[in-house]
This record gives sequence, C-alpha cells and structure tokens, in this order.
Amino acid sequence: MSQAVAVPEDMEQVYAYPRSLTQANSHYCPGCVHGIVHRLVAEVIDELGIREKTIGVAPVGCAVLVYNYINTDFVEAAHGRAPAMATGIKRVSPDKIVFTYQGDGDLAAIGTAEIIHAANRGERITTVFINNAIYGMTGGQMAPTTLEGMITTSTPGGRDHLLAGYPMRMSEILAQTAGAVYVAREAALDLAGIRRTKRAIKRAFLAQIHGLGFASVEVLATCPTNWGLDPWAAMQWAKENLGAFYPLDTFKITDEVKALPV
Amino acid sequence: MAKQLLKGNVAFAEAAVRFGLQAYFGYPITPQSEALEHLSGRMLREARVFLQAESEVAAINMVYGAACCGVRVMTSTSGPGFSLMAEGLSYIAGSEIPVVVVNMMRGGPGLGNIQPSQADYFFMTKSAGHGDFHPIVLAPASVQEIIDMMGLAFELAEKYRTLVLIAGDGSLGQMMESAELPPMQPLPALRPNWAVTGADGREPNVITSLYLVAEHLEEVNLRLQAKLADIRQHEVRFVEAQTADAELLLVAYGTSGRICTSVMRQARQKGIKVGLLRPQTLWPFPAQRIGELCEQVRGILVVEMSAGQMLEDVDHAAGGRVPIRFHGRMGGMIPMVDDVLADLQALATSLGLAP
Amino acid sequence: MRHQETIFAGFGGQGVLFAGQLLAYAGMSEGLHVTWIPSYGPEMRGGTANCTVILSEQEIGAPVVSHPLSAVVFNVPSLAKYEPLVRPNGLLLVNASLIAAQSAREDIRVVYIPASDIATELGNIRIANMVLLGAYIAATDIVSLDAAKAQLDEHLSDRQRKWLQPNMQALDRGAALVR
Repeated sequence: MSQAVAVPEDMEQVYAYPRSLTQANSHYCPGCVHGIVHRLVAEVIDELGIREKTIGVAPVGCAVLVYNYINTDFVEAAHGRAPAMATGIKRVSPDKIVFTYQGDGDLAAIGTAEIIHAANRGERITTVFINNAIYGMTGGQMAPTTLEGMITTSTPGGRDHLLAGYPMRMSEILAQTAGAVYVAREAALDLAGIRRTKRAIKRAFLAQIHGLGFASVEVLATCPTNWGLDPWAAMQWAKENLGAFYPLDTFKITDEVKALPV
Repeated sequence: MAKQLLKGNVAFAEAAVRFGLQAYFGYPITPQSEALEHLSGRMLREARVFLQAESEVAAINMVYGAACCGVRVMTSTSGPGFSLMAEGLSYIAGSEIPVVVVNMMRGGPGLGNIQPSQADYFFMTKSAGHGDFHPIVLAPASVQEIIDMMGLAFELAEKYRTLVLIAGDGSLGQMMESAELPPMQPLPALRPNWAVTGADGREPNVITSLYLVAEHLEEVNLRLQAKLADIRQHEVRFVEAQTADAELLLVAYGTSGRICTSVMRQARQKGIKVGLLRPQTLWPFPAQRIGELCEQVRGILVVEMSAGQMLEDVDHAAGGRVPIRFHGRMGGMIPMVDDVLADLQALATSLGLAP
Repeated sequence: MRHQETIFAGFGGQGVLFAGQLLAYAGMSEGLHVTWIPSYGPEMRGGTANCTVILSEQEIGAPVVSHPLSAVVFNVPSLAKYEPLVRPNGLLLVNASLIAAQSAREDIRVVYIPASDIATELGNIRIANMVLLGAYIAATDIVSLDAAKAQLDEHLSDRQRKWLQPNMQALDRGAALVR
C-alpha cells in the first residue's frame, strides 16, 4: 500500500497514486493486464477532472470487481449487458460521464447485440474492451476472440473454425456503425503500448465529454494463468500472435474527435 | 379530470406519465405495443426519456441502469418478452432497485398467440428470475384500476425499493372503457442518496447484486426476506363482494375477476348465495382472508385463463377445508359467463345448495 | 335499467370498430358505464372484424358475452356467425345491401337496412356503418341520436372530417328506416 507523502517545497511531484484508484489490494493474477488498464482509466479520470461525475458499469468476468479499484460510482451489470445499462444511465443522466469496462466474453459473445446497438445509436458512452482471447474467470474456456489453433479448456484440440467458427475482430465491426465516433485498438503489452493505450482511453473519454458519440478502445491483453505462461512469456506471445491477428489501429475517428486536444 | 373512453394500453402508459414516469425503455410486442407507441411521442414532448431498445433483454437492462440513477422508470411487454426480461428482473431484485414492469399476458407457451391469457401467474408471482425473491404483483381488472395501479406501483416500488409487476392480460390492454386519468404530477427535483449520481462529496455508491462471500450473500438474502415478510404483512389487497351471507365463493383476478362479477350477479338472481373475492395483489396473496372465508363458505370456484395456477395458492389457503372446483380456459380463450355459471351451479348441486 | 350488449361484426374496412366506439362514446356522454372490446388477432388484418359494446347503468362485469342482446351484422359471414347467438327477444340488424338471406329466427326482432346502398347514395359506401348505427339507436333507444351525432363531431378523424355531414345524414337515414 502506498502512503501519501508530503512533497518538499523545493521539489516537484512528478508521480502520484491516482485519486480515482482505491488502495485496495488487487485480486488479479500476477502478470494480469487488468491492473494496468484500471490504473490508466483512473489516471485519465483524474487528468480530466471528472471523478465526481463519473459512473462506471462493471462487467461479468475477471473485472467483475472493478468497482473495488476504480474509485467512482459504479453499477454491476449482468453478463454482456453493460452497454444497455450504460445507455439507461446516460439517458437519464446526460451530464454524467458513463463508461463500461468489459472483457471479450462479455462484449464479443453474450453482449454482442448490446454493444453493437449502443454503438450504432451513438450512445455518449465510453467502452474499454479488454481482449485476452480467453474466458479467464470461468477457467480458461474459448472466447469469441480465441485464435484458431489456441488450446483452451473448451477447445482441447485447439480452436477449429469448422467446429467453433473464427475469431471475431470486434473493433473493426464496431467501426462500421454510424454512431461510433472513435474506435481504436491498442496493446498494453509494453511501455510504449501502455502509453498509447492511455492516450486512446483519454481520447475516448474526451469524445464523450464533448458529446460526440460512442467511443471504444480495445486493449490487447494477456492471461498468463489460463494460457499457462509466465507473465513475460505471455506478453511476448500476445505481441506475436494476438498482434498478428488483431492489428493495432484507429479504425474510426471523426474529424471532431481528431481535433480534440489529448 | 373528466372521464374519457380509454384503451387499456394507452391508459396505463398515460397514467405512468402523469404519475411522474421519467424514462421508458421498451420493445414492441403485441398485445401491448400501443403503450410503447403512446409513450414514444408523449415522453419526448415532456422532455423525458423514451427509447425503443434492440430487444427486451436490452430494454430491461436499460431500465435497470436508469433505475440505479433513482428515477421513475418502467417497461411494458407481453409473455415472450417478459421471459427475456427474467435475467434483468433478478438483478433488479438482487440489488433492491425500484422498477415497474407491466406484462399484458398473452397465450403461451412459446410464441403462442396474441389473445388474452393469465398463464404467467407462476412466472410473475413465484419465479420471475433466478434466486429467492418475489416481486409485488398487482392485478388490475379494469381500465380505471390499471390507471390507479400505476401510481400505486411506483409508490410501492420506491417505498420498499423493490420490483413491482402489473399483471394485465391482452383483453384489458385492448379494451376501451370510461376512466379518469390523474392530474400531471411534478417530477421529483432530487435523486435518492443511494443512487449513482457521481461521487461528489461522498463515498462512491456501488449498486451490485454480487456478494462472493457466502455469509454476506446469506445476510443479504435474510434482509431481503425480512422485507418481503414486511410486504406480505402490509400490502395484501383484494376486493370482496357479497361475501356476508355467501355459501359459495368465486375467486378470480383481472379480467376473469370482472367476468365473475357477472357470474355472481346472475347466480344471485337464481338464488345461489355466492360471493366473490378478487385479489388485487397476486403477491402477496390474500391467503389469510381466503382461509377465514373457508370457515364460512361450503365450496370455492376458482376461475382463471390458465390451467390452474392461482388455484394452487387458493388450495393452499383453503387447506382442505372446503372443496375447490376450477374453471380454466387457455390458449387465448376467455371464460364466458354462461359456462362459469354452469360450473357454479354444478358445485352448488354437488353440495346440496341448489335452490 | 338501461342496459345493452351488442356485437358489431363485418369485414375489416367497413367501419365496424368505429361504429362500436361511437356507440360507447355516446353512452359515456349520457352517463352510462361502457366497455368496448375488439376481437383482435390475425383476423384484424383484412379478415372479419368485430367488437362487443356494453352500455349499462350498472358497473360492467364481463366485457364479452356469448349471447348478446343485439347483433349488427355488416356481411354474410357475420350473419351466419351471430344470428344463432342473439338472445331470445333480442335484436338482429342486417345490412341488407350485402346480405340477401333472411333470418329464420322468429324469437328475435330482425331489421333489414339497405345500409350500403344508402351510403352510396350519400356519396361514400364506407359510411354504411353510420346508417346501421342510426338504425340500431332507433331500434334500441339505448342512447339518443343527438348524443351519437355530438360524439361523431368530436371523434371523427381529421382525415375523415370532410365526410362529417354525410355521416350525420347516414345516422338520420338509418334511424328513419326504423321509426
């Protein structure tokens, strides 16, 4: 646990624990990327000065307890329904900042309808989408984003598209909706990627603050536990394999969003 | 307000607006789509929230989200759509959020048809989703009553922070009847302190139904059950007619209930001493009063548009003290007065009460 | 006690449901309890349409009846369906323009009105419903013709407004045939 330390007068504080992040001990596995992205979201909320008017919508999946870490008002959605709940919240609270934090099973399988329609309506919400190509919480089963050939607890012979279909590129799909103003994919797998991810998340919140439309950031991530790799190896595997199938790119950005100072 | 000729579906929708509905999320389904259509224009003209969702699943979760913000919010649907909402209803119950849902029941199971039915009784009163909970279930029998019950539904939902369902049927939704709407009520200026409104000057509010520690979840359930016990004790509602000297008792709710009013009148003309108990709350159920009447009457006739669902609650309340006969129609058929009367006469004859 | 239970039945598009609604409005304007309930369902689209209207001084129980006091039939299938159901001493009102058959029942009052022909004469075959309603009101006396006219003025849709006077005349013509 970190403690607040008084900054001497002759020194400038260049690093601090984000106000929007609680001091709770993380329940995530060693090497999990959720903790990094939680922190990025908290830093962005701090920098934008919106903590007091932000309402988060938690998913079902490993990040189900995200409200224990991000220090804002929160609701807990049913599996996949976060965009619908966020819609209900934002429509009756248009002056609040509403975001969903969802994994690949939540967003790309059971909640496909909700995310696509929220995007298509141009809901003024921000979605942070963690893609680690596997169901973590339920024990490593196939996700819609699981790569072909990947072994999971429900694809013991590796994902075979003849049996289980193909991995889904959700950001590319969301970018097709008219209501989306910003759709990007980044990878929180090294320092440069983490910085880019933060910029993208900030842009997605700014798009909402300016009332422009739906904005989402997909973040490529790891699951060392269920992939059976150590954290470092998991990051390298993700860069080579997830990165090859899921290109890092900005799939949609309107001129208004582009003009926002990040 | 003067009386107007109003269609049931339009009446409850307009009543909701006047009782302060702040947001409506819904999906079209016959036989209640007139409510959604009415609100589509009405809510926007009042600068309130209306949204047609992509499914009933999305609709109930939008309702859940808006309700977490502490506003008056509702949806309406019919059987198949209500099935889809079961997930959200359970979360709403688990997180103790006030929500009102109208179900204009239609023939089932499956796609069934769009004719009136009361076959969602079990579903609505006993099993509206996974886990241990009961919604309050109100059962209107007329256009006026569904108007009045909209106000009651919001009051009860907010008083107990609970789910309130209105169990109508297709015929009540399609029927026009003279009724009086309430005046427009002002909307509340403030949102309740438990709502998610942004953690400004207070600790964050977290609305969840997740309790990973078994001891905690049991505590939550015990609290929920205590609340339900409180509701059971204080919110039973029913209408009784001509029971003072009754030897026979009709028990029926909603459209079946008003049909039984006609049955009772005609039976009385034939000299059969029959009374009527029409539950206005299906949960909590007026079991105690039915039990009391079992000390007086010699037999009961239950009438429903189902295979006999409320029948089980009446049976339980009667505890074997008097014989119970059942008249049920299914598949969208409405019980006809002549047929119910014939069953009532047969019951009277079997008990030696025929005049 | 003023009390009527009436089924209006015909093809969709004949104004069957509106005739019933207008009767309900008129009843309400005279302080009666009223219910109007359509048969709704697949048959709503293009097939037969019917509604049950009850007017009563007493609070109304069942909004549907298996044996109505009155039936107003606009077409042949409706005659076949409802003729046998009308209660003894009840009223059967027949659109004789479209129904050549005569009722065989002798225990009810049967009135034949060439409603569609009169409506055509007045310039719009679609106002046959008002001819029949006028005749029905004159035959039952359950509401006044004036009440029906006042409600017609109030509830005729904007799109149909140009037909207000012919509709009024249709009510009169129907009533005159019964008186």
